[in-house]
Amino acid sequence: MAEILEKQKMNIVIAGHVDHGKSTVIGRLLADTGSLPDGKLEQVQENCRRNSKPFEYAFLIDALKDEQSQGITIDTARVFFKTVKRNYIILDAPGHIEFLKNMVTGAARAEAALLVIDADEGVRENSRRHGYMMSMLGIRQIAILVNKMDLKAYSRDVFEAIVKEYTAFLKEINVVPACFIPVSAMLGDNIAALSPQHMPWYTGKTVLDMLDAFEKEPPPLDKPFRMPVQDVYKFTRFGDNRRIVAGTIETGSLALGDEVVFYPSGKKSRVKTIECFNAPAQTQAVCGTAAGFTLEEQIYVTRGELATKAGEPKPRVSSRIRVNLFWLGRDPLVQKKDYLFKLGTARVTARLEEVRRVIDASDLNAASKNQVERHDVAECVFKLNRAIAFDPTSDIGATGRFVIVDNYEIRGGGIIAEGLDDRQTWLRETVMLRNYKWEKSIISPEKRAEKYNQKSTLLVLTGEKQVDRKAIAKQLEDRLFEDGKVVYFLGIGNVLYGIDADIKGRDGNQHQEHMRRLSEVANILLDAGIILLLTAVELTQDDLEIMKTTVSPEKIETVWVGENVTTDIAYDLQLTQHENVEESVDILKAYLQDKGIIFRPW
Amino acid sequence: MDHLEQLESLSVHILREAYASFKNLCMLWSIGKDSTVLLWLARKAFYGHVPFPLVHIDTNFKIPEMIAYRDRLAREWGLEMVYGMNEEALREKQTFPDGAIDRIACCRNLKSTALANTLSGKWPRYVLNHKTGSYEVYKNTEPYTGVIVGVRADEEGSRSKERYFSPRDRENSWDFGDQPPEFWNQFKTDFPPGTHLRIHPLLDWTELNIWEYIERENIPTVSLYYNQGDGKRYRSLGCYPCTTPIESPSRNVAEIIEELKSGGLKNVAERSGRAQDKDDGGGLETLRRDGYM
Ligand SMILES: Nc1nc2c(ncn2[C@@H]2O[C@H](COP(=O)(O)OP(=O)(O)OP(=O)(O)O)[C@@H](O)[C@H]2O)c(=O)[nH]1
Ligand SMILES: [Mg+2]
Repeated sequence: MAEILEKQKMNIVIAGHVDHGKSTVIGRLLADTGSLPDGKLEQVQENCRRNSKPFEYAFLIDALKDEQSQGITIDTARVFFKTVKRNYIILDAPGHIEFLKNMVTGAARAEAALLVIDADEGVRENSRRHGYMMSMLGIRQIAILVNKMDLKAYSRDVFEAIVKEYTAFLKEINVVPACFIPVSAMLGDNIAALSPQHMPWYTGKTVLDMLDAFEKEPPPLDKPFRMPVQDVYKFTRFGDNRRIVAGTIETGSLALGDEVVFYPSGKKSRVKTIECFNAPAQTQAVCGTAAGFTLEEQIYVTRGELATKAGEPKPRVSSRIRVNLFWLGRDPLVQKKDYLFKLGTARVTARLEEVRRVIDASDLNAASKNQVERHDVAECVFKLNRAIAFDPTSDIGATGRFVIVDNYEIRGGGIIAEGLDDRQTWLRETVMLRNYKWEKSIISPEKRAEKYNQKSTLLVLTGEKQVDRKAIAKQLEDRLFEDGKVVYFLGIGNVLYGIDADIKGRDGNQHQEHMRRLSEVANILLDAGIILLLTAVELTQDDLEIMKTTVSPEKIETVWVGENVTTDIAYDLQLTQHENVEESVDILKAYLQDKGIIFRPW
Repeated sequence: MDHLEQLESLSVHILREAYASFKNLCMLWSIGKDSTVLLWLARKAFYGHVPFPLVHIDTNFKIPEMIAYRDRLAREWGLEMVYGMNEEALREKQTFPDGAIDRIACCRNLKSTALANTLSGKWPRYVLNHKTGSYEVYKNTEPYTGVIVGVRADEEGSRSKERYFSPRDRENSWDFGDQPPEFWNQFKTDFPPGTHLRIHPLLDWTELNIWEYIERENIPTVSLYYNQGDGKRYRSLGCYPCTTPIESPSRNVAEIIEELKSGGLKNVAERSGRAQDKDDGGGLETLRRDGYM
């Protein structure tokens, strides 16, 4: 029992050009090591006989009917295989370009790779593309199998020529191959045993030896602590009042009493307990663990933030990033279009700002284009609608990887090379410091929300000059107040001539400073649990972004009042003014109820 | 971390992603060892709570002990326990045990069709009332958009190609020629209205892993899995007319683990006791295309 529990687990991907023999290698490996369930080989052979088609070792893996009838792998299979040393999951990837997304799906889980090249066909387009993709996916150990040696009379020269050509290619992408093995998958040469009879000149490792020779990378324990927050749980059933911050630890470790800092907000607290179910209480949690902890002080954190440890290197926080990505979508990646960008547990809207260069992954030729086509690899700059926390991949792999979603599907993925400065870098630094230094009340935000029976919210009413926002805001304030809500109306003028008395004018930096101060005031009032109604003329998206950097973005609701939208602001709701003030107030109240900010009476 | 801890962590991560992404989420519980491990993992993920309903498709031909065990755990663990069944097919006796149809068609009637209509909310769902201890009609008829299922990749060919998050269209069917990519713990969690996703947290587990974990965590299982003295036990649980016990001496979890590792079951496929697999030419592909688990 103990010996089995200590056995390592490793995921290996097998990739390469279509028809070069990947599935056959795996089928043969299973057969020659006695790893198939009893009768499985005979059953597949019998099936072939019945359908009068020649038996293929690949049919042991290509289980789908379409795969067998077309003699092609369509989707990556997980094949379980064990040696004395390890338990393997071998991911048999398809080689056809059409199924590149399936190859990526398999390869991204792998710690090492076997790349198969047909001795007869030589190095082909996907031999190179797969090699490149694997290096991008972060796989560092690659062994190359030169297959179908039987078709080339087991010629050493043919083998050496392929070794030379492919080694040169790998060098260009900075990959050092673990080894090259000449094999015949069909006949079993050098798969599970050496073949002195066919290839006496080869005395290196067999494929089976190579699997066990791959090295297990040590877990990234010595890196800074990083945990993307998946959720904050508070299940009140059975009188449970723990508030648990949950997520999977990507790197580093966490111990009781550690000070944790969440980014992009910069909020901090101390670890009170490390939670677990059906296990003794823990004092520490290490990378790889799906963990959960409670905090000493109740701070408001949500899914999408990155938990880190004070005193360790900080992550980057930015809304502009330079990335390397691969594109799988049928439609090209283009500018002026909103994409969904997912990194860790964060989700933001992203726009392609610039394509710096596009690389054809099959020949490494670079071109300059302003869009990225299917199966291309490119270096680009993205603008995100909200700053996120990440690490450049050269520092920490796991927290610098992202995917791009369009029309419900993952269309591409990549790694962040660096965070670029955006216009709000300075503001963000101030806010993080302010949050870090924030003196917290004993009364938690939840307690306040419960007491006031409302969620503290900033409702921004903006619109054209001549439209009467204030009348609506004041009426709404009155109505909510009568309903017993803790509500406050703030006109922008109330701030302008007091707090802002030392800065004048509406130009550039000063305008930004106005917005910043206003948002800081709002932040204090929101912390006090209030519903704050703010009116201001013609706010722009830039203004809103300053607010969202200063105040938790989930707490802001924006309403455009009036028919004509004269700025670029992305508002949540529009009042067209067909309604009178009373009706507008009704609509706003219903909206707040829908959003769960105030509750419907029952 | 040992291999069980690694498997556990990935499964918990997937369960938490599912919970964060879907409003109408449920977990299918077949009462078998895999979905019971899955249920246990949910309690791990959510620290003793299971924040979504457990859905059981009752074929009416389940071994009675399974139902008793289901209701006992539902009560002990405070589960939101829901079941659904194909009442029409049972009434009209359109089943294999009634001699009306073959095994595959019966699976389709009592499992796939019942499942599809229970998930969509078209047919009545019954929920356990913890106060009265009996089942009553469930008021919630909203379709489930995320369905957590305990299938494992090592069970048979088509399952070895599954995704952790696998989309199903309006007809509940699976297009495995065109599955979404899935990498770096980023899953398909966005989907058009009318479709739903199956979530498979156990894909990387083997049958042996399941038993090792049951042993380590001391998870309660149905006694049908163990030899009670007659030298027979069930290796996989289904409907009694189509599932036969295997010859096996194993009386407890430790003995099953030994039997799988080095004993008589070392090289024997798990579902060899399930008759419907053989009728499908050795695979479950046809059934699974149409929404079978
Ligand atoms: N002569 C010879 N043929 C081989 C050998 N290995 C594989 N083949 C044949 O090459 C063809 C393709 O083999 P597969 O294993 O299906 O190739 P694959 O790389 O998995 O193909 P995809 O997954 O579709 O990309 C089959 O007809 C095999 O029989 C070999 O060592 N020698
Ligand atoms: Mg193949």
